[in-house]
Amino acid sequence: MSAVAHYVGEFARRRDTLPGAGNAWVDALRGDAIRAFEADGFPSSRAEDWRYTRLGALERKGFRLAEPGAAVDPDALDPLCLPLEAAWRAVFVDGRLAPALSHLPSGGDLRVTPLADALADGDASLGTRLTPGERRPPSAFTRLNTAFMGDGAVVRVEPGHTVERPLHLLFVTASADAGAASHPRLVVEVGAGASLTVLESYAGVGAGGYLTNALTRIVLADGAALEHVKLQSETDDAYHIASVDVRQSASSRYVHRVFQLGARLGRTEYDVALEGEGAQCTLDGLFLVAGRQHSDLRLRIEHESPECRSEQLFKGILDGHSRGVFDGRVRVHPDAQKSDARQTNHNLLLSRDAEVDTKPQLEIYADDVKCSHGATVGQLDDNMLFYLRARGIDGDTARALLTYGFARDVVDRITDDAVRNWVADALFARLPDAKHLRSLVE
Amino acid sequence: MASQPHEVEDLIRRGYEHGFYTEIESDTVPPGLDEDVIRLISRKKAEPQFMLDWRLAAFRHWQTMETPRWAHVHHAPIDYQAISYYSSPKAKKDGPKSLDEVDPKLLETYDKLGIPLHERAILAGVAVDAVFDSVSVATTFKDRLAKEGIVFCSFSEAVREHPGLVEQYLGSVVPPGDNFFAALNSAVFSDGSFVYVPKGVRCPMELSTYFRINAANTGQFERTLIVADEGAYVSYLEGCTAPMRDENQLHAAVVELVAQEGAQIKYSTVQNWYPGDENGKGGIYNFVTKRGECRGARSKISWTQVETGSAITWKYPSCVLRGDDSVGEFYSVALSNLYQQADTGTKMIHLGRNTRSTIVSKGISAGHGQNAYRGLVQVGRDADGARNYTQCDSLLLGDKCGAHTFPYVEVRNPTARVEHEATTSKISEDQLFYCTSRGLSPEDAISMIVNGFCKEVFRELPMEFAVEAQKLLSVSLEGAVG
Repeated sequence: MSAVAHYVGEFARRRDTLPGAGNAWVDALRGDAIRAFEADGFPSSRAEDWRYTRLGALERKGFRLAEPGAAVDPDALDPLCLPLEAAWRAVFVDGRLAPALSHLPSGGDLRVTPLADALADGDASLGTRLTPGERRPPSAFTRLNTAFMGDGAVVRVEPGHTVERPLHLLFVTASADAGAASHPRLVVEVGAGASLTVLESYAGVGAGGYLTNALTRIVLADGAALEHVKLQSETDDAYHIASVDVRQSASSRYVHRVFQLGARLGRTEYDVALEGEGAQCTLDGLFLVAGRQHSDLRLRIEHESPECRSEQLFKGILDGHSRGVFDGRVRVHPDAQKSDARQTNHNLLLSRDAEVDTKPQLEIYADDVKCSHGATVGQLDDNMLFYLRARGIDGDTARALLTYGFARDVVDRITDDAVRNWVADALFARLPDAKHLRSLVE
Repeated sequence: MASQPHEVEDLIRRGYEHGFYTEIESDTVPPGLDEDVIRLISRKKAEPQFMLDWRLAAFRHWQTMETPRWAHVHHAPIDYQAISYYSSPKAKKDGPKSLDEVDPKLLETYDKLGIPLHERAILAGVAVDAVFDSVSVATTFKDRLAKEGIVFCSFSEAVREHPGLVEQYLGSVVPPGDNFFAALNSAVFSDGSFVYVPKGVRCPMELSTYFRINAANTGQFERTLIVADEGAYVSYLEGCTAPMRDENQLHAAVVELVAQEGAQIKYSTVQNWYPGDENGKGGIYNFVTKRGECRGARSKISWTQVETGSAITWKYPSCVLRGDDSVGEFYSVALSNLYQQADTGTKMIHLGRNTRSTIVSKGISAGHGQNAYRGLVQVGRDADGARNYTQCDSLLLGDKCGAHTFPYVEVRNPTARVEHEATTSKISEDQLFYCTSRGLSPEDAISMIVNGFCKEVFRELPMEFAVEAQKLLSVSLEGAVG
């Protein structure tokens, strides 16, 4: 059976048990999505957007929606979570909210509504809030997410409020079945002048070989601020496809840091629209891959109004037979005068068998702009290695130390202390001889 | 700065200096393309069988191909059956033996273009293999070159006189099926230039060809092949102008360069074809495939281009760095004004060890022009110590134009170092103020700043070309205060 037929069949089998089934607008949303998916299928390997990322292996897997009820040992989750006293927490197991493991505010400035409840109770107006804009046609994965979305969260901050505690959304796959899939969807709406910090993290504790197909939609009202950190540390045999769609009104500020460390195939797509005058966005990212891992980060930043700023710093570290892809495009629309866009991409190749492909692009249709991008590919500096070795540090540690140093500035840019320390831990865990390394840098 | 729109309009209204059309009876094949047309071209040119077979194979492959759509350009679909694929100035029985025998009208055309074909050629020290439409009509300095063993002749002549060399090298860098336009060229190419520099010879002069598209509705499909054998050096100049016509004229040339061990080829282009009028009507479609292969160790290929003309430019002079320690260079100034669209850049394919490449690209957009840099730097698995430096700068003059950068970097070797930098800016008020407060007119200030912006590229051009290029740029930009 073809991959497309498999998912269409799965949908027919599961449609009546999905949240919101029977709600006419939900059924219509899902139905349209699966029909469009059936018509167009997965992107062809000739599509420019997928030039460096092959989907054959993913398509052959034939993932099935994870069955509910996988048992999770709360202790096993501890290392995956920000400390409770430091953050609000929502834990999703196999794509479904686990209330017993979560700790969420009851009322107040920050409202977190489980998506399943919203789908069951909400009206059609929720549909438009859930669905990304039509700036580009939805991808196969967006469509699958819409068809199968089970749970997730609708997060809302009322205008003018500053939420002090970060909100941690943990998506963990615990299913004992290999080939389980979850399609979480997240909506974050920050009201005018309000601010919030969100940590979105992904991990696996079950059989592995699963698929996470996530979709996050963010809407920032005038003057809103959101710091959004994403940590993807899925198991090394998992598939992680995610799409983040951001709409920014005037003078809003979006700060994002992504750490793509896990998964056999990990890809995160960003579509950021600077719609209002003076909106700012910062996107930073780091991928660290080894073995047969493949990491792909794709950005589309649209400067649609005057005086917007965007800044990106992306770094990649590649070892083993891994492959890393960076595809970043900044487009300055005709009337977006006084735009300021800067993009930087640095890659570190640690192995003869690794490959990096980078494609930083600028499309500019306004004249009074300041835009630049830069990209480099290289290896560790021999002089630096020599410096460390001359001081009695063995080669492996010296390399790990320099690698950490290369990655570190992306981590250091996280403003929330608890989140920063926690991400640094996750990064250390991926480097050889983590303990020793820590003792050297701290 | 407030006066900018006016001045840009002034600029847009400028006529095309080289817009004239010489009435010469052309021996033109009716429009349309099929195998019979190809057989006819081959027969008219008295080609050996291998050439005809090669053309037919390319044509059959071309029929299976689709027009590429990936470039950042827009144009109406091209009707390939509406183009006439062969046109030659009416030949006298045995062809001209000296300049005196050449059609005086033709010479007049060259005069208007300022081509140093008579004594001027000798004074300027430039050998000209002038292509008028599709057939070479006059070649100078042959004797002096022949003494050195250098072959510099029209492609048709090379096919007849040096079939061995042609068969050996033709299509070895740009295979007939390389891309849509290269396949079309391979099937129907009419003429072009052929250069062979033997082992250890340093070509004593700059070789130069002026291309000109003349008869209406005649696409021109040149083919240039330059081979520098071991230790040889050659510098080749290419410059173009075309008369003003309303129809869009298709130009799909192929240029192949082969540098053997220790050889150096320097290829310079000034392209100033008719860009279309102020409404974006007319103009040349310039879809060119240019590629050089550094086959031997320590060889070097250097492309320098100044692109100011054509309605659409689609051109990526590339280097395949196969030999160890070989060097590839690409220096480019591309100007798009009016409704011009330029999608140009380069490919540097690093295959050998310690191969180095440098890319310097300067894009200038004015009027409604769209200017895109598209480039690929690829480092293969075995290219230890490969090094690339890329710099792409764009200058925007006016708020209706666009500047785009699409670089691709693919690295498969950890010892490689690849750097890419791109900036986009306009001429700042500070810079202008600085100049004008020192008594320069805004025009001169702009000209100076733009020339400064392009300096890194101009200094790579041979002397006489550099002067021409600066003049061309100043003229093209007069009034475009940004």
